Amino acid sequence: MYNFTYHRPKSLAEAAALLAQSEDAKLMAGGQTYLPTLKQRLAQPSDIIDLGAVAELKGIKEEAGGITIGAMTRHADVAHSEVVRRVIPALAALAEDIGDPQVRHRGTIGGSISNNDPAADYPAAVVALNATVRTNKREIPADQFFTGMFETALERDEIVTAVHFPKPEKAAYVKFPNPASRYAVVGVFVARTGGAVRVAVTGAAPCVFRWTEAEQALGSSFTPSALDNAGIDADNLNNDIHASAEYRAHLVKVMAKRAVEAAA
Amino acid sequence: MVTVSMTVNGKQVSGEVEPRTLLVEFLRYNLGLTGTHVGCDTSQCGCCVVHVDGDSVKSCTMLAVQADGSSVTTIEGLAQGGKLHPVQEAFRENHGLQCGFCTPGMIMSAADLLQKNPSPTEHEVREWLEGNLCRCTGYHNIVKSILAAAATMQGAARAAE
Amino acid sequence: MVEKGIGVRVVRKEDQRFVTGKGRYTDDINQPGQAYAYFVRSPHAHARIVSIDKASAESMPGVLAVLTGEDCAADGLGNNVCGWLVKSKDGSPMKMGPHPLLAQGKVRYVGDPVAVIVADTYQQAKDAGEALEVEYDVLEPVVSLADAHDAGVLVHDEVPNNLVYDWELGDKAAVDAAFAKAAHVSRIDLVNNRLVPNAMEPRAAVGHYDPGSDSFTCYVTSQNPHVHRLVMSAFIGIAPEHKLRVVAPDVGGGFGSKIFIYSEECVVTWASKKIGGRPVKWTAERGEAFISDAHGRDHITHAELALDAEGNCLALRVNTKANLGAYMSTFSSSIPTYLYATLLAGQYKTPAIYADVQAYYTNTVPVDAYRGAGRPEASFLLEVLMDQAAREIGMDPAEFRRKNFIPKDAFPYQTPVALVYDVGNYEATLDEALRLADYKNFPARRAESERRGKLRGIGISCYIEACGIAPSSVVGSLGAGVGLWESAKVRFTHTGKVQVFTGTHTHGQGHETTFAQVVADKLGVPYEDVEVIHGDTDKTPVGMGTYGSRSLAVGGEALVKACNKIVEKGKKIAAHMLEAAEADIEFKNGQFSVAGTDKSVSMAQVAFTAYVPHNYPQGLEPGLEESAFFDPPNFTYPAGTYVCEVEVDPATGVVQIVRFVAVDDFGNVVNPMIVEGQVHGGLAQGIGQALLEGAVYDEGGQLLTGSYMDYGMPRADMLPDFEVVTVSGTACTANSLGVKGCGEAGAIGSPPAVINAITDAIGVRVEMPATPEKVWRAIQSTRLARAAE
Repeated sequence: MYNFTYHRPKSLAEAAALLAQSEDAKLMAGGQTYLPTLKQRLAQPSDIIDLGAVAELKGIKEEAGGITIGAMTRHADVAHSEVVRRVIPALAALAEDIGDPQVRHRGTIGGSISNNDPAADYPAAVVALNATVRTNKREIPADQFFTGMFETALERDEIVTAVHFPKPEKAAYVKFPNPASRYAVVGVFVARTGGAVRVAVTGAAPCVFRWTEAEQALGSSFTPSALDNAGIDADNLNNDIHASAEYRAHLVKVMAKRAVEAAA
Repeated sequence: MVTVSMTVNGKQVSGEVEPRTLLVEFLRYNLGLTGTHVGCDTSQCGCCVVHVDGDSVKSCTMLAVQADGSSVTTIEGLAQGGKLHPVQEAFRENHGLQCGFCTPGMIMSAADLLQKNPSPTEHEVREWLEGNLCRCTGYHNIVKSILAAAATMQGAARAAE
Repeated sequence: MVEKGIGVRVVRKEDQRFVTGKGRYTDDINQPGQAYAYFVRSPHAHARIVSIDKASAESMPGVLAVLTGEDCAADGLGNNVCGWLVKSKDGSPMKMGPHPLLAQGKVRYVGDPVAVIVADTYQQAKDAGEALEVEYDVLEPVVSLADAHDAGVLVHDEVPNNLVYDWELGDKAAVDAAFAKAAHVSRIDLVNNRLVPNAMEPRAAVGHYDPGSDSFTCYVTSQNPHVHRLVMSAFIGIAPEHKLRVVAPDVGGGFGSKIFIYSEECVVTWASKKIGGRPVKWTAERGEAFISDAHGRDHITHAELALDAEGNCLALRVNTKANLGAYMSTFSSSIPTYLYATLLAGQYKTPAIYADVQAYYTNTVPVDAYRGAGRPEASFLLEVLMDQAAREIGMDPAEFRRKNFIPKDAFPYQTPVALVYDVGNYEATLDEALRLADYKNFPARRAESERRGKLRGIGISCYIEACGIAPSSVVGSLGAGVGLWESAKVRFTHTGKVQVFTGTHTHGQGHETTFAQVVADKLGVPYEDVEVIHGDTDKTPVGMGTYGSRSLAVGGEALVKACNKIVEKGKKIAAHMLEAAEADIEFKNGQFSVAGTDKSVSMAQVAFTAYVPHNYPQGLEPGLEESAFFDPPNFTYPAGTYVCEVEVDPATGVVQIVRFVAVDDFGNVVNPMIVEGQVHGGLAQGIGQALLEGAVYDEGGQLLTGSYMDYGMPRADMLPDFEVVTVSGTACTANSLGVKGCGEAGAIGSPPAVINAITDAIGVRVEMPATPEKVWRAIQSTRLARAAE
């Protein structure tokens, strides 16, 4: 790891001010992806601004019929939250299956979506549930937030503060984990909210995406067999030693069907 | 260099570290607590698991400065008053270890499981161990040890009632 | 009777320190003034080193030394060695290129050490390592084993076609004749996948030069500290043997990967002197371990099995290409030859076998012994081929094997591939495994899976292995550079306590417990009074270390011999104490007694008398301490049957192991708990090889599976609860304990059982690792083929 200057702000305002001060400063949430990156010397920030002590970024509350989760809320807290389990059980189940128990004790929703790892789980939930990402500057709809591999709509000095999820009628997330890393080779989050179906796919491509053909098919009939003829183009999918694009395309459909079955 | 202070195994400690110092490095080098091991660089193996403020975490994926003000328990602090923790005792009784290298992390992880889920099923134990690799035991006797520890702790809890 | 003697499930002595975090591994050793080493490694698979400019690294903060291959050469250090000379068919010795400690002239794999930086802290050494300027002229690499012969690229200029040797074993003419009259021939092409050992403790070393005594100490993660000392002294030239102490403290797993003498421990020991005697520590990062620990397996094989019309095996013909990587590692030449082809008879009476093996250099990490070392490759080939042959001729795989077993009254049995099996009863382990696995009711379970849309399969493997490789005269005649005996010393103290010194090393096997059980049993002393000491060349007798499941069969027998000497001397002392003739003294349960009387003295009294010899036999030396060496007359031959049952999800190709039964004949057993634990671990490694482990290189020679993000390690949630049974088996005749060794069986017997089960489930064999995608594709292809019919 290269050396850096460490900051531990107590408030969002303090964090934002620190971030504005240095061009090469980086925010750190739970650090479960960022610290391994730093250890391998793949990044060299001048300053690290640890959000761990910013109390206002933590917590889960019911709001406008849905749930709002503070950016620094840990996966374990989401997984075990009575509120999340009651309002959006699929989200609690997703959080329960991220990484391993120790990662879930440190990793946060804000860190996960800001990093936008192509194989992360939370982006699928944010997109499929049509969540709204709140920052210290604005609100960003899910469809506009994830812009590419490790890329988001966040500006350099912008900090995610919370994510608001509307309550779906039906939802489920099913993933096919990489046997080595346990990240998603393919993860599919299916949700029906206010009658509209959204299907978000993570792991399969450089960035989470909506499988619109499946959404249309499930819009007419929310059953696994509705996806029998839904096509997915392997050309845009990842192809690596863990899974070919063709296999990933196949898995997207299988996981989507299983998610529909679990949700129904 | 920055100063960090924390409670480790019930004792107040502090030390001077570079910000890039990992918690595991602080424990091993500054405090000489070499029971916590490092087996990988990518946060998968779990040889370094300790408890921070009551939760199991990977001390190789946390900076020492992030633990400032926290309460940390390592494998060296698990036994109380010279008596092994039931999980330690169960690993010994059930041959839940061979080379011993993954053992501290494995035991700390298991102890956390049992404080959160006092009577796990075999399946739940196996799932919980997702973040702990062992190359010697095939996990067979580790799982057996944790289930045995759960039974012992449940028995002790009932006896105390 | 001794309470915790041979055969008892004794809880391990070593565990108290391990469960409390008090183990002492190499990286736990910190000494005053300790400096740290970082190795700069080649980022290229094949390149010429144009220049190394040390200046930029030397000027970095904290840097104490920057050393390269040129510095090694200038100091007259020797090269790494391969300790087993294999000869080609034409009698010529194998062809090797030099293997310097730090690269000289060329780098030959990604990870090849180029320079070492020694600094006050590890991070400073690493910072300076990044600053070191190395200019490379990048060359085309040869990465794939299949291409190695004709690539037109030479890893070492002195080795044409990259062919290290072209070796053979067996009677080719007899095999050809048998094939000519065969009623059926089964043919197979298969790959034995390259594995990364991944002991959880990364390799580490601390070198320390003491100017006062002009001597060196090297703490190192070694399975055989005396072999380390021998090579570091006699071949590398760090110091004369009596001026070099090698200590292997607690070692966190080896699996073969810590047998070998690597550059790093040699370099840090040498470097300590270069910086004036400060200790120098190096500990591998995991990513570094992936590209510097010797890998395992990596074979491509074509084999043919000839059968008569009744399903009797007539002959086996095997051709194997073995990848040895970029340099010859310490024992690499012996693995695909004497530890592989000699096992190709398996448990069967196949009368004629011929194997030839071509071993190649490639621009990849060196390949050497990994748990099983050659024997898993033989067992995999044979057991997959036997299964295929059974299917082809329409016989049940279990009955086909039974028909071809060496019968239990045929021992000792001379195989056509050099070995003489001393004892065995293969039907016993097969029967027990089939019973435990409920083999006969499998069709009902398959039907039940089918109703849930799943494909179920069952697979058998009847493995044999050879442990405790010996005797020294035979291995020497085959090219081994060392003897393969073992040593022991037993020392009584004044107060009747016992110190046991062994030349073997325990890194998970539990010798501190089992060796104490043996000694307690043989000397009739309490188990608690016995302490086993190992792993330090200054403390223990010269020994050959631990690998090849040899420790108890060879080292344990040395211990028995030392105990026998203690008893013999004890009888002389007891006879004097009891005023009886030595011939009348009997020893039993720790008591020396005069036959036919109630007069006796205890072992403790005898020991005290030996050290306080006020009233003592004339001419007898005082003291009670005996050493022994044991060179076994033969290998030992553990064998057994494994049955694996899988359920395959045809939609994803995911294979779930629903049941795994292992029945082993290890001869006599000292501690059943430890033996079962050894099997569990072996099974996990074998299942790992079968389902998810595999080192993958890209065309440029970069290791794509270079971390736990990409190299799949078996985890708890992918393994079943194993059913492991050690039958009261056939006692080995090569040692008085009757033990055979159990460390590798699990890893040897399990891969074919898993693969055969998958083949049974989906109707076609896939190569290891049988990843979900491969299995899914195989299912797709068979369905397409069926649809086309």
